[in-house]
Amino acid sequence: MKKYSLNILLVIFVIGLLFAAYFRVIDGYIQIVAMTIGINIMMSTSLNLVNGNMGEFTCGHAAFMCVGAYISSILSVLCFGSKFGDPLLPAASVVIVFPIIILIGGVVAAVSSLLVSIPSFKTRDDYLAIISIAVNYMVISAIQNMDFVGGSRGFQGMKDTVWAMIDIFDGPWMLFWVINFTIFTVWVIRRFISSTYGKGVNAICQDEVAAEIMSVNTNKIKIINFMVAAGLAGCAGGLYAHIIGYVNPESFNILKSTEALVMVYLGGMGSLSGAIISAVIFTGLLEVLRSQAIIDVLLSPVTFIFPDWEPSAGVIKWVMIPLLLVIVMQFRSEGIMGNRELGDVFPKLKKFYRFK
Amino acid sequence: MMAQTQTQTESTPVLEVRSLTQRFGGLTAVSDFNVKLMPGELTGLIGPNGAGKTTVFNLVSGFYQPTEGQILIDGNPTAGFKPHKVTSLGVTRTFQNIRLWNDMTVLDNIRVAQHYQLGYGFFHAIARSKRYRMREEQITKEAEELLDVFDLKRHAEERPKNLPYGTQRKLEIARALSSHPKLLLLDEPAAGLNSADAKELIRLIRWIHETFDVTIWMIEHHMDVMMELATQIKVIDFGQTIAEGSPEEIRTHPAVITAYLGDDNI
Repeated sequence: MKKYSLNILLVIFVIGLLFAAYFRVIDGYIQIVAMTIGINIMMSTSLNLVNGNMGEFTCGHAAFMCVGAYISSILSVLCFGSKFGDPLLPAASVVIVFPIIILIGGVVAAVSSLLVSIPSFKTRDDYLAIISIAVNYMVISAIQNMDFVGGSRGFQGMKDTVWAMIDIFDGPWMLFWVINFTIFTVWVIRRFISSTYGKGVNAICQDEVAAEIMSVNTNKIKIINFMVAAGLAGCAGGLYAHIIGYVNPESFNILKSTEALVMVYLGGMGSLSGAIISAVIFTGLLEVLRSQAIIDVLLSPVTFIFPDWEPSAGVIKWVMIPLLLVIVMQFRSEGIMGNRELGDVFPKLKKFYRFK
Repeated sequence: MMAQTQTQTESTPVLEVRSLTQRFGGLTAVSDFNVKLMPGELTGLIGPNGAGKTTVFNLVSGFYQPTEGQILIDGNPTAGFKPHKVTSLGVTRTFQNIRLWNDMTVLDNIRVAQHYQLGYGFFHAIARSKRYRMREEQITKEAEELLDVFDLKRHAEERPKNLPYGTQRKLEIARALSSHPKLLLLDEPAAGLNSADAKELIRLIRWIHETFDVTIWMIEHHMDVMMELATQIKVIDFGQTIAEGSPEEIRTHPAVITAYLGDDNI
């Protein structure tokens, strides 16, 4: 029972959510929020693999999301859209082909991660951070200059694929895929990091020299770790592109990378459950602070003193969230979970589930 | 684990270093260094500060590529090998300042050191294949056995940073031995130990030497430790070998005394 309790709970939750979406118990807006949470979980857990578990500071994670988004969008339009001429594949095959398209996007993103992982053999810390920012800009500029994918105007037509799926069965398809890929991401990372093979990543973080001398092939482990992280971010990008139905290189700029970083540091470096929890909290906060009413209440003492000032929620939330980060770093600098998993923080929980 | 078979014949040296020279820019850290370690020997390497002792160890373990000269492990040249490759040939070492993975459990410290013989890759780990489960089980079992032998089993789930200094030393040596080395390089194992701990260390090293069938080469500043353990001692200064012989010979060797205490003809 203990062995399967988490799986059973998860399956019940997923089926519940899908049914709720299918019978319109939850509306389209909640669905979008749920999907954004899923994407953010994928981004923060995958970045956590590099920044938390390996201890390298990279801040260009959105570059890999961008690669994944564009590759899977192009493939999706080629296969099922009419933008580049007739669809290559019959619309009936979309349910099988769609996850493959997303995975191919992830694989290409993983290969593109070599741009960061090969310099990381010799470079660490701040210098690698600069390289990763450079890679982020490289990817964005490259796509802005590719006219056949729309350049800086962006690229669309992926909704054809989603509609093809809805033609087969009228249900919340994208929610279904996002949930599956989110679970897949956490599953891959957990299994990788808990194996002796993956613990080599932690060894590199704690003492690279000792890792190398104790027979860990540090260069290979670094490449693999970057590839897993970038590949999963690529999958997240592919899904994001299909939810929105439109991608623009500017939406994967340094701000997006920073969002992922904030989630990792909020959750606690090297803690998988921390990354998940902080992704949920962060996305939730972004949505809650969108409401003008809440911002008005929160800022009522200030507007009482300065009656002329009319804060707008869209702007103020980007003051509130970084402020939250400042507060967290001041009073709990290790993040919410701080390098520990849920089971370590609440040992009693361990009686009820096993997560391996 | 202890019943390791010695494959090489008595005539091949475990380590042979031929005219090794290492230059860092204009500085010659090691020049024309030669050594031959036969299986089962316990040899010492001493010299004043900055003599190039650790550089020799770094060269042997593959951190530096020698400017000139050859290093043969069991008769195989190691030119161009990365440290992890050299380790898989059967050479491990400890460090002057203890380098354990402080946030991993003691058991994991031993387990991760098995990377050279892991026998499965990324996809096996993700799929939790049969081979993965078999190897993980084996690795854990062997690691637990090793901890048991070293009397560290009660610390298995603790983090090394919370252990006393002497125990950390012991764990580092245990971790080095977990990869079944033919040659163990100990870089100042008694550094920072008090005299009681140093005595304990002498017993430990002697016990390891007898039980594990391993050749040991150590750098040490504590002369009592060195005199007690080593059968052969090599003395280097400014990268050059100035003396070698038994502890008794070294103690009275004029060149060694000059190197350590200075020349009185100023």
